[in-house]
Amino acid sequence: MRIAVTSTGKSLDSEIDQRFGRAAFFLFVDAETMEFVAVENENAAGGAAGIGAAKCVIDEGVEAVLTGNCGPNAERTLSATGVKLYTGVTGTVAQAVEMLKSGKLTATGTPNVKAHFGMDN
Amino acid sequence: MPKDFVVSVASGKGGTGKTTVAVNLAQVVSESGRKVQYLDCDVEEPNGHIFLRPEITAKRQVTLDVPQVDLGKCTACGLCGEICQFGAILCIKENVLVFEELCHSCCGCVRICPESAIIAKSLEIGTIDCGKAGEIDFVSGRLRIGHVRSPALIREVKKHIRQDWLVILDVPPGTSCPVVEAVKDADFVLLVTEPTPFGLHDLKLAVELVRQLNLPFAIAINRDGIGNRDVEKYCRAQTIDIAFRLPDDRRIAEAYSSGQMIVDVLDNYRQNFLSVYNYLERAKARLDEARCNRFRRMNY
Repeated sequence: MRIAVTSTGKSLDSEIDQRFGRAAFFLFVDAETMEFVAVENENAAGGAAGIGAAKCVIDEGVEAVLTGNCGPNAERTLSATGVKLYTGVTGTVAQAVEMLKSGKLTATGTPNVKAHFGMDN
Repeated sequence: MPKDFVVSVASGKGGTGKTTVAVNLAQVVSESGRKVQYLDCDVEEPNGHIFLRPEITAKRQVTLDVPQVDLGKCTACGLCGEICQFGAILCIKENVLVFEELCHSCCGCVRICPESAIIAKSLEIGTIDCGKAGEIDFVSGRLRIGHVRSPALIREVKKHIRQDWLVILDVPPGTSCPVVEAVKDADFVLLVTEPTPFGLHDLKLAVELVRQLNLPFAIAINRDGIGNRDVEKYCRAQTIDIAFRLPDDRRIAEAYSSGQMIVDVLDNYRQNFLSVYNYLERAKARLDEARCNRFRRMNY
């Protein structure tokens, strides 16, 4: 299973970026092998960051997104394509993927923050 | 003051007295026999009507075009999403998502769709009231709660500007897009401030804005006497005119708090507002002359 994790850095030991749309990096992780690629989030500045970020991870063909907070536009975009969204995730990228694999995370069907949340955080 | 002259009454800080200056100025000028129009462009919180008490004779809805997609015709080619510069329409897998609040109504998606699967649908963003307050021509925009397109509504309000009239535009506070829209076509900007550190801080931002837009402007000091003299020092250092001072007077606050216009209840302040009008007249004469000189030089 391919997973997108919002990250403050480029490695599996990086902390999870608590913002989805304005995350510094996305780590695309293969949950089975833990192989990954780190991609800089080109949507972090400017408008419609959440929608652009959602499009970016959908285009990478992920099945799930692990992040801290996700707003309404990004959530709507992800759910329209059936990507599972997990919010409120903390710790490192590797820890988050492990938690998902061991079934400790529950997917959400709603945004957990309002629009423009990441602009002040 | 012959021919039209558009004055935007703006400020960086909120609550400095833009509406107070705008409505009282409109009133004294109207009483002097000049044709005046008051446009409330503070569309998120329009309140000039509280003082002017106009009789509203016409009301209209302002709508904007936003895309509506017929998924039956859509082939998910993605051209709509590619042309949109605001992320307001997104083609993702077999889905097309529209985010109306991000749409800027350019209709690029409607035009580019090869299947004609996108039509423009009307979205109501607000209303415009038109009427008369005595001899003052009154126009006021009101943004619908929850909508974000204030510049588009302000643009619609400005379409009511009458030629050959003195037009007074009540501008929203701040220095962002709605303010730019409300000041950018003005002949002159009056920046209202209070002589406090807060007033000065936001005044500097407003001055930066009007300078970037290359607009002639002057300062109006409201509640003169409170705070400190830093606004005056700043104006002197920057060679900015102080066109007007309204003293800090409890009776003004009382009139304001009961929704009355200063010039209606405190006759002695009539002269203060007339002097702003005279200042604006002189400013217009200067600007007209400068324009003529430029024209002469061009044709020399």
